[in-house]
Amino acid sequence: MKAIVNISLKAGVLDSQGKAVHHALDSLHFSGVDDVRVGKQIILQLNTQDKVQAMADVTKMCEDLLANTVIEDYAIELV
Amino acid sequence: MKVSILQFPGTNCEYDTQHAFEELGAQTEIVWHKSETIPANTDLLVVAGGFSYGDYLRSGAIAKFSPVMKAVHAYASNGGKVLGICNGFQVLTESGLLPGALKRNEHLHFISKHHHLQVINNDNIFLEKLNNGDVVNIPIAHHDGNYYIDAQGLKELESNNQILLKYTDQNGAIQNPNGSVESIAGVCNKEKNVFGLMPHPERAMELVLGSDDGIKMLQGFLK
Repeated sequence: MKAIVNISLKAGVLDSQGKAVHHALDSLHFSGVDDVRVGKQIILQLNTQDKVQAMADVTKMCEDLLANTVIEDYAIELV
Repeated sequence: MKVSILQFPGTNCEYDTQHAFEELGAQTEIVWHKSETIPANTDLLVVAGGFSYGDYLRSGAIAKFSPVMKAVHAYASNGGKVLGICNGFQVLTESGLLPGALKRNEHLHFISKHHHLQVINNDNIFLEKLNNGDVVNIPIAHHDGNYYIDAQGLKELESNNQILLKYTDQNGAIQNPNGSVESIAGVCNKEKNVFGLMPHPERAMELVLGSDDGIKMLQGFLK
């Protein structure tokens, strides 16, 4: 099983990279974009098939290391 | 006076820091991150600047799990004095020893230049040789120096006098190089024994190199 972890800055925390990308899209005349947030994706190959256990483990990984919850939110998807 | 200086893979300011404190008359020791203890007679523990673990994941995020960090937590919770400079500040916020976090600079550039700072609270050992309102000239060199704390956290910092320094111009007017909340350049913990700042006082020890304003800051620790 794989865990896909998406990490992004919290709403309300200024995302300078997102702003820069948004600005670049504007320069290319992509006018249909209201906002851009840049995050990162971490893909974990897990050696368990137990989804409940996997979710608990990956949540702990996010809290301890993968995300800095002072400034970042994370979302976990198991596939 | 004994100053112990932490060294992680990627730390690059440990020898500057050592030189600065030795010039002030302190004994120093560089402590490799695999050490599980801190030298017994340490009066000040410095987490030096650099790029620990290549800044992978986030600046300071991996270093917080180095073996020595357990000893750092124990040392700090017993009242030991800890100073984090630049990447050291990032390590201390990631470790939870200092509040807030350091984000990518607002304009996304790595900034390396001298910058003026104003002393906001000197009721602590780090800045007691300076007066509130004093302006010092200290180099900054960082990519992730954009200090963030939420509104509630900021209130606590302000009411406990935990804001040490703010980025200003030479007259003390706010001038924010990196987007930090309230132009904050350095903070301490509530107990005032753990200090962190992005600027490099250890690089401001000789006028011939642009400024010796770092002397008064580091001297505060030398009793």
